[in-house]
Amino acid sequence: MLNASLKQLSALLAQKKLSSVELTQFHLDRVARFNPELNAFLTVDAERSLAQARAADALIAAGKAQPLTGIPLAHKDIFCAKGWRTTCGSKMLANFVSPYDAHVVEQLNAAGAVILGKTNMDEFAMGSSSETGFWGPVKNPWDPARVAGGSSGGSAAAVAARMAPAAIGTDTGGSIRQPAALTGISGLKPTYGVVSRYGMIAYASSLDQGGPMAKSAEDLALMLNVMAGFDARDSTSLERPAEDYTRALEVSATDSDKPLAGLRIGVPKEYFGDGLAVDVAVAVEAALAQFEKLGAKRVAISLPNSGLSVPAYYVIAPAEASSNLSRFDGVRYGYRAPEYGDLADMYRKTRAQGFGAEVKRRILIGTYVLSHGYYDAYYLKAQKIRRLIARDFTQAYKQCDLIMGPTSPSVAFGLDSMLSDPVQMYLLDIYTTAANLAGLPAMSIPCGFGEGGLPVGLQLVGDYFAEGKMLRAAHQYQLATDWHLRQPAGTE
Amino acid sequence: MSLSMPEVKRIAWLARIEISDAEAAAAQGQLNDIFKLIEQMQSVDTEGVEPMAHGQDVVQRLREDRVTEIDQHALYQSIAPQVENGLYLVPKVIE
Repeated sequence: MLNASLKQLSALLAQKKLSSVELTQFHLDRVARFNPELNAFLTVDAERSLAQARAADALIAAGKAQPLTGIPLAHKDIFCAKGWRTTCGSKMLANFVSPYDAHVVEQLNAAGAVILGKTNMDEFAMGSSSETGFWGPVKNPWDPARVAGGSSGGSAAAVAARMAPAAIGTDTGGSIRQPAALTGISGLKPTYGVVSRYGMIAYASSLDQGGPMAKSAEDLALMLNVMAGFDARDSTSLERPAEDYTRALEVSATDSDKPLAGLRIGVPKEYFGDGLAVDVAVAVEAALAQFEKLGAKRVAISLPNSGLSVPAYYVIAPAEASSNLSRFDGVRYGYRAPEYGDLADMYRKTRAQGFGAEVKRRILIGTYVLSHGYYDAYYLKAQKIRRLIARDFTQAYKQCDLIMGPTSPSVAFGLDSMLSDPVQMYLLDIYTTAANLAGLPAMSIPCGFGEGGLPVGLQLVGDYFAEGKMLRAAHQYQLATDWHLRQPAGTE
Repeated sequence: MSLSMPEVKRIAWLARIEISDAEAAAAQGQLNDIFKLIEQMQSVDTEGVEPMAHGQDVVQRLREDRVTEIDQHALYQSIAPQVENGLYLVPKVIE
């Protein structure tokens, strides 16, 4: 059961060989077993989960099951879920019980999925290691002395250790893809606007996008079917016809030898330069060779401005964060300092005590780049560079259908090894931030192992709305390989 | 560019975050390292490039001007730090 796909679990549920209550209890037991070490879950509420599971079993018995009905899913603690404590990894929201559901949560609930628990993360999704949160670091199931990546590190570790069949996360600069890569799972950040941001606690609104995290591309497709969709409460939600992403996975039987014949894979030279660890380069090269075996053609491309994506990202994201996080003032919800003088003092003490170091750092950067006299030099400049980065992709997609390269420059690094040097940590986002800046869909799939037997992720970046194309390529790769089914030792 | 201590404190004041001298000193070094990274942007000629605010060029949607929210103030205020008679309480603002 540990390596069963969502489709297989769904079939077992439909055939009554397994109930949702049994499946949910099985995973709750695994959380109880592995979470004390891994710290992937922040909140587990067995009664609430099992009540949902019973309701799902009733739906199945009544013949009203949908593909995710009865499947327990781990939710990153950034998604508001009614009645669930939703902390976003922060002391600021340590006691926040959400009075409403995020759109994604509504959709998953309506599909009959079960909330298995809320997962650990970097505070307000600001980080690349899931170490900046108030509740302590997430540990990597492949090696508990290493990070699980971030910011959706809890969701990634939950799937990697098979505590959850699948999970949901968010990606502002790589926060789904990088932890997926570092823990050997699959994760997808959709095109900006495909998944509603309503009820997803905001970090950088022009970049934030929710998405699925699971063992395989097939599972991701099933989840994206439920998560995607127009929502009027998100002003940037896109109105477009619903897609069945699972239909995109298959190729016709006549192509069985070369299922990806005709697919042009762009390989940007900038993604293989200095800073890329040799073990990662080797695994990614082997994956590209496998894609060629499946019939794809490799095309050398250039994304000349990719080196600027980290500098531009670390202006735009903090600028938007400084504005978004101004709502945490101790008045309407969340933490309030126990002692203060006047109103301004209440704000200042509440925010000084409620936010952690990385969040404060980004608020300060954002406040500065938006302040009088600096806006043009920083924020406007970054927005112009954002345009150049997006244009690089437009040019590239004239020559290729998908872009592939490494997700992260190295395998999982040691806990505490980067925390004191924010710039080094930021530079880890070198391959992931560009897709957010341009608004493009991107994913990471496991493609081998590097130093220390740690997983390596292959990144796929598609043109706007090319989720189906990416998922098909990834699925065909996963039919021919078994990296996505490897499981950390000790989690059997 | 290099931020001075008074600048770090002014930014913290603008951001409404109380900061001690020791914290400001630690932040100063880290912020200056980060701005060194950010400064790489200045080497690029962006003359005539239209700024890009969003991943999708979407137009703000309009809707009919009618009430769509139901009254849930009791629910929302149940999680507030301090309320009285349906009002959020804060320290006195007007003398």
